[in-house]
Amino acid sequence: MELTLSILIGTMTASAVYLLLRGRTFPVVLGLSLLGYAVNIFLFASGGLTRNSAPLVEHGLKNLPDPLPQALVLTAIVIGFGMTAFLVVLALRAFRDLGDDRVDGGGE
Amino acid sequence: MNHLLLLPVLIPLVAGGIMLLIGQRGRGTDRVISVAAAIALLPVSLLLLQHAATGEILVYHSGNWPTPYGIVLVLDRLSALMLCLASILGLASLFYSIAGDDRIGRRFHLLFQMQLLGINGAFLTGDLFNLFVFFEILLIASYALQFHGGGRARVRAALHLVVLNLAGSAIFLIAIGAIYAATGTLNLADLAVKVAATGTEQKLLLKAGGLLLLLVFSLKAALVPVGFWLPPAYASASAPAAALFAIMTKVGVYAILRMQGLVFGPEAGPVASLLTPWLLPLGLLTVVVATLGVLASRELRRLLAHLVVLSAGTLILTLGLGSPDATSSALYYAFNSTLVGGGLFLLADLIAKERGDALASLTLEQPVYRSVLLGCLFFIGAVGVAGLPPLAGFAAKIYLLQSAATHPMAVWVFAIVLTSGLLVLVALSRAGSAIFWRTGSVQKLESPISGLQIVATAALLLGSAALMIGAGATTGYTRAAALQLDDRDAYVNAVLENRVIVTAGSTSGVP
Repeated sequence: MELTLSILIGTMTASAVYLLLRGRTFPVVLGLSLLGYAVNIFLFASGGLTRNSAPLVEHGLKNLPDPLPQALVLTAIVIGFGMTAFLVVLALRAFRDLGDDRVDGGGE
Repeated sequence: MNHLLLLPVLIPLVAGGIMLLIGQRGRGTDRVISVAAAIALLPVSLLLLQHAATGEILVYHSGNWPTPYGIVLVLDRLSALMLCLASILGLASLFYSIAGDDRIGRRFHLLFQMQLLGINGAFLTGDLFNLFVFFEILLIASYALQFHGGGRARVRAALHLVVLNLAGSAIFLIAIGAIYAATGTLNLADLAVKVAATGTEQKLLLKAGGLLLLLVFSLKAALVPVGFWLPPAYASASAPAAALFAIMTKVGVYAILRMQGLVFGPEAGPVASLLTPWLLPLGLLTVVVATLGVLASRELRRLLAHLVVLSAGTLILTLGLGSPDATSSALYYAFNSTLVGGGLFLLADLIAKERGDALASLTLEQPVYRSVLLGCLFFIGAVGVAGLPPLAGFAAKIYLLQSAATHPMAVWVFAIVLTSGLLVLVALSRAGSAIFWRTGSVQKLESPISGLQIVATAALLLGSAALMIGAGATTGYTRAAALQLDDRDAYVNAVLENRVIVTAGSTSGVP
C-alpha cells in the first residue's frame, strides 16, 4: 500500500508541476488544485498508514490511526477550496481586464 | 492564565466580524470600527511589550488543553516587539487610508483587519500548523488588499502573487507533513525536544522538511531566487496596503528566525544548525540583486519595493551570522526599515497625487505641487533608509557591521553591505533630484492631499529619528530578546509546563 500511495502522490505532483508551468491561467488553476490533492494525501499519510482499523476510537483495539493528520487535512482542504475559488475569480477578472488569459498578461 | 495574550488576535477578528455583519449599510461605520480596533491594538501591544520586557515567557493554552494537544499562543520578547511594530504600522496606514484611499475599492477595512489578524497570529502562535493557518489568513487578505482599487497593473501582479503563494502554501503543507511524520508533533516547543532526540533514521525526512520550510519562508520574505513576485505587487498596490505589506516580508524573516533558533538550533541532534549555513549566502545574493533592482527602477514605488527586498536580504544575512549580537542588530534594523519603508510607500503616493499625470515616475516632466514639504519628508525618509547619520538606519548599519566583524565571511558582508548602501544612496539622490529638483510653473491641483495623510506619513518616517534617540533602550531590549532566543530551554520549559503524559486507559488529561 505504501508503494502505491507514493507512486500516486508522485504522479499527481509531477502532473501538477507540469500544469503549473503552462502559460495560460486555466491549466495553472488545475495544476494548483491537483497539487492540493497530492499534498492532502501526503499529509494524510504522514501519520502512518493503518489497515483494518476503526477510523477514530474503539476500545480494546490497539492499532488505531493517528487522528491529527485527519484534522490537518480537513483544515487544508477547506483552505485550499477557498483559495481555489478566489484564484478562479481572479483569473476570470484578469482575462476580462487584460483581454488575455496568459499568466503574464500578454505584455504591457 | 493571561487572557491579554489573546487580544491581538481577538480585536481584529471581532472588528472584522462586526464589519461583515454590518455590510455596506451605514457608510463610515466601518471606518470608525476599524480605527477603534487599530487604536485599541496599540496599548495592548505596548502592555504585552512591557510584560515581555521582564523576561517572562507568557503562554496561553486555549481551552486549557494540556500542551502538546492544545493550541498555544506564546509571547516572548521577540513576539512582543514584532506585535508592537505591526500595530504602529497598521495604525499609521489606516489613518492614511481613511483620507480617501479606502473608498477606491470595496471592503478595505475588513480586509485590513484580517491582514492584521494574520500578522499578529503568526507572531504569537507556538504551533507549526497554526503558523500555516495564520499565514493563509494574512495571505488571502493580502491578495485582496493588493488588488484593492483594481486596474491592469494590479490584476497582473495579483495573479503572480496568488499563484506563487498558493504553490508556496502547498510546499508548506508538505514540509509540515514530513516533520510530523518524523517527530509526531507540531507544537514548536515539543518539536524542539523531539527533534533533538530523533535518531539518524529520521534525519533525511526532518532535513527535507526543514529545508522546505526555509524555501517557503524565503518565498514570503522575497529572497532570491523566489522573491521576484514582490516588486510588481508592492509597486502596484494602493498606498496604505503597500505600507502594511512592508511588514509581510518581516513575517517570513520572523518565521525563519524562530525555526533557526528553536527547532533547528545547534542542540537539534541530527539536524543541528540546519538552516544557518544557508542564510548568509541567500541574504548576500538577495542584497546584490535588490540593489541592482533599486538602481534600475524608473518609478519611485518600484524602487521602494526593491528596497523592501533589500532590507529582507540584509536581515537574512545578519541572521546567517548566527550570533546573539547579530540577531539583536537584525531586530533593531528590522524595526527601523519597516517603519521607514512603510512611510516611504505612503510618501510615494502623496508625490504621485501632487504630480498629476507624471505620477511617481522618475522623470523631469512634472514638478511637484507642494515640493518643499514633500521634499523634506523624502529627504528624511531617504536618510533613514539609506543608513546615513543622524537617523536610526545609520546606527543599525554600524551595529550590524560590528556584529559581523569577527565572522569568517566578514569581508563579504562588509563589501556587499557597504557597496549596496552607496548604490542605494546614489539611486535615492537621483530619484530625489528627478522628482523635486525642478523649478518652473506648477498648476494648482484640484484635490490636494489632506493633513491626516501628511501626519501619518511623517509619523512613520520620524519613527527613525525616535529610534535613534531611544537607541540605548531599544538595543538593550533587542539584545535581551536575542539572548532569550538563544536560551532554547527557557522557551521549551515555559510552553511545556502544564504537559501531561496521557497513558493508556486514562480518560482525562486536563489538570
